[in-house]
Amino acid sequence: MNLEKTLAQHKAAILQAWFDQVVETYPSDTAKMLKRRKDPFANPVGSTTRKGLEGLLEELTGRMEPQNIISHLDPIIRIRSVQSFSASQATGFVFLLKAVIRRRLQDKAPQCLHGEAMTALEDRIDRMALAAFDIFMQCREKIYALKAEDQRRQTAAALRRANLITEVGDKVPDPKNNNT
Amino acid sequence: MSDELITADEMLTQIDHKPPGKGWMDTPVNIRKGMYCYASNPKSVEYLGLPNARPWNPMEDDWKLPDNWQEIVHNAFKDRLERFRSFKVFMDICVRCGACADKCHFFLGTGDPKNMPVLRAELLRSVYRNDFTKLGKIMGKLNGARPLTIDVLKEWWYYLYQCTECRRCSLFCPYGIDTAEITIMGREIMNLLGLNIDWIATPIANCYRTGNHLGIQPHAFKDMIDFFVEDIEEVTGLALEPSFNQKDADILFITPSGDVFADPGTYSCMGYLMLFHYLKEKYGLKVTWSTYASEGGNFGFFTSHEMMKRLNSKMYAEARRLGVKWILGGECGHMWRVIHQYMDTMNGPADFLEEPVNPITGTKFENACNTKMVHISEFTADLIKHGKLDLDPSRNDHLSVTFHDSCNPSRGMGMLDEPRYVIQNVCKNFHDMPANTIREQTFCCGSGSGLNAGENMEQRMAGGLPRANAVKHVHEKYGVNMLSCVCAVDRAALPALMEYFVPEVEVCGVTELVANALILPGEKERETDLRMEPLPGREEES
Repeated sequence: MNLEKTLAQHKAAILQAWFDQVVETYPSDTAKMLKRRKDPFANPVGSTTRKGLEGLLEELTGRMEPQNIISHLDPIIRIRSVQSFSASQATGFVFLLKAVIRRRLQDKAPQCLHGEAMTALEDRIDRMALAAFDIFMQCREKIYALKAEDQRRQTAAALRRANLITEVGDKVPDPKNNNT
Repeated sequence: MSDELITADEMLTQIDHKPPGKGWMDTPVNIRKGMYCYASNPKSVEYLGLPNARPWNPMEDDWKLPDNWQEIVHNAFKDRLERFRSFKVFMDICVRCGACADKCHFFLGTGDPKNMPVLRAELLRSVYRNDFTKLGKIMGKLNGARPLTIDVLKEWWYYLYQCTECRRCSLFCPYGIDTAEITIMGREIMNLLGLNIDWIATPIANCYRTGNHLGIQPHAFKDMIDFFVEDIEEVTGLALEPSFNQKDADILFITPSGDVFADPGTYSCMGYLMLFHYLKEKYGLKVTWSTYASEGGNFGFFTSHEMMKRLNSKMYAEARRLGVKWILGGECGHMWRVIHQYMDTMNGPADFLEEPVNPITGTKFENACNTKMVHISEFTADLIKHGKLDLDPSRNDHLSVTFHDSCNPSRGMGMLDEPRYVIQNVCKNFHDMPANTIREQTFCCGSGSGLNAGENMEQRMAGGLPRANAVKHVHEKYGVNMLSCVCAVDRAALPALMEYFVPEVEVCGVTELVANALILPGEKERETDLRMEPLPGREEES
């Protein structure tokens, strides 16, 4: 059986193992809850993570559409970007998939472990990881933009209240006349 | 600078996918930027007469505490255990069943176990056991006791300011422990050491001095309202004449100052003005604003009982001075918690006011018979129910609306249906979020109890995640594009949360939606809503 078919056959088990490893990047008490609660509204981190990983696995064994990959990565990274993770910890969960797949193949289909198909698969995972890093940077930039906007809004409101701001009027200055 | 950089080897050892599996007591606090608010401005602390006013920085080792800080904490703890029976009971009866553990938005969002309400309370309980129980003194750590060290104090400060006192956890506690009350006590005690945050201390100082959190002086407050009057004239063609400090008025109206200066609360403020104009023109109702009691919010609530009482008294003093019949309150969060749960025993009884009756409908607001203060949504719902408002809901046809129950009006005072009734009468498209995220079980905005600053944006986004997650669901399922609420902190906090997680959704107050639909006597044909956006069907003309 080739790699593609093997992965399709073991997809559910691979997803479960990957999910378990990703949530174990949280402290153990938290990880237990993230695994246990199924309600997406009572457990937004767990359900968002599972849904995203499922989509990513689908793309990995499918068409690798960049937009789809981003749409599956974004919700997970958006959350991890504001949690107590470093950049490597926030994005490194993608690489965990390599070990998960290798371990599964080692047990069930060791003949698939070597060869071009496996190298290509790992390249795909690397591409996902690079996309994850881009998204992480966008999220961090957004956080800093929100902070800056917050400061700007406060200052602007204070200046307006103090009548220190004069907005431009309807009259357009005449460039020929330096006094306008 | 190079001394501060870590080596490649050190860096590689830090890239570990699994956190260390230590127990919570052995996991030291790691104060992280983005997760806390700046320390208080010493001038504000001094102005309020609070102890230990000095500049300090949570990231530095030395927090500049008084030499006898442990004694101060011990005595303050003891004093509160004796004064507040509930506090003593809450310290003793928790069996750590874990029912509250996964109900906190900060735990769900940050994934930090010390944000489980049970564990956050355990930060204090461990010291309580050590200092005040025999078993704790004898058995120490085996009994979950530990002495108060500087690291424990820092842990208190970090995590008690990662609680918005929203009380969602208490809803699930089989013993009825109100974990918010534990946070309130912890913050009170820390205030005695000068461990406050500026987003709370400076607004309180401003409110105490000038009458509102922002320090807007009476003439500037009036200027801002006049500014709204100009905008309303542009939209409706009518020049409104709001009343200020009017002695023979029927009703005194008080709202958070956030509505007067911060978008999108300003649109709700315009909405209040339009509603009062309508009621004056149609029914002769006289509502007045105060430039003295110009703040509904009460950040004293996040500092101490005494401070809360001090700020709350201003509203009632003004109602007495003006001789109004009763007070109408705007769309605020914790103002209502203070009014509903604390006012009557703090500054009550307000027996110089009348039991509130809507003079237009005759409805007696029995729920407010002690506090003499009625919520604008209760008031508006009553007017609509009796057919007293001329409404054109089609003006809100471009909106698909959901409603965020603000923690304090919903869990704190039980107002669940009135805002929904109002919205459904002024908008055609309304979709509630999932049941376990609304009404009593509503998720906090993540920025309440004085945590709505800019520097703690990561904390706010993580804390707001469960709310944003539910909004995202109704956005994707029903095309919801407007998140309405009845709280000024929500209106200030939720736009950033939406921009981060669900950028297609905007935020508004309920009275903004009412005013868009309200047909004022003699108004011109409206072309825009209060945001100056073209009304449905008018897009091409703009």
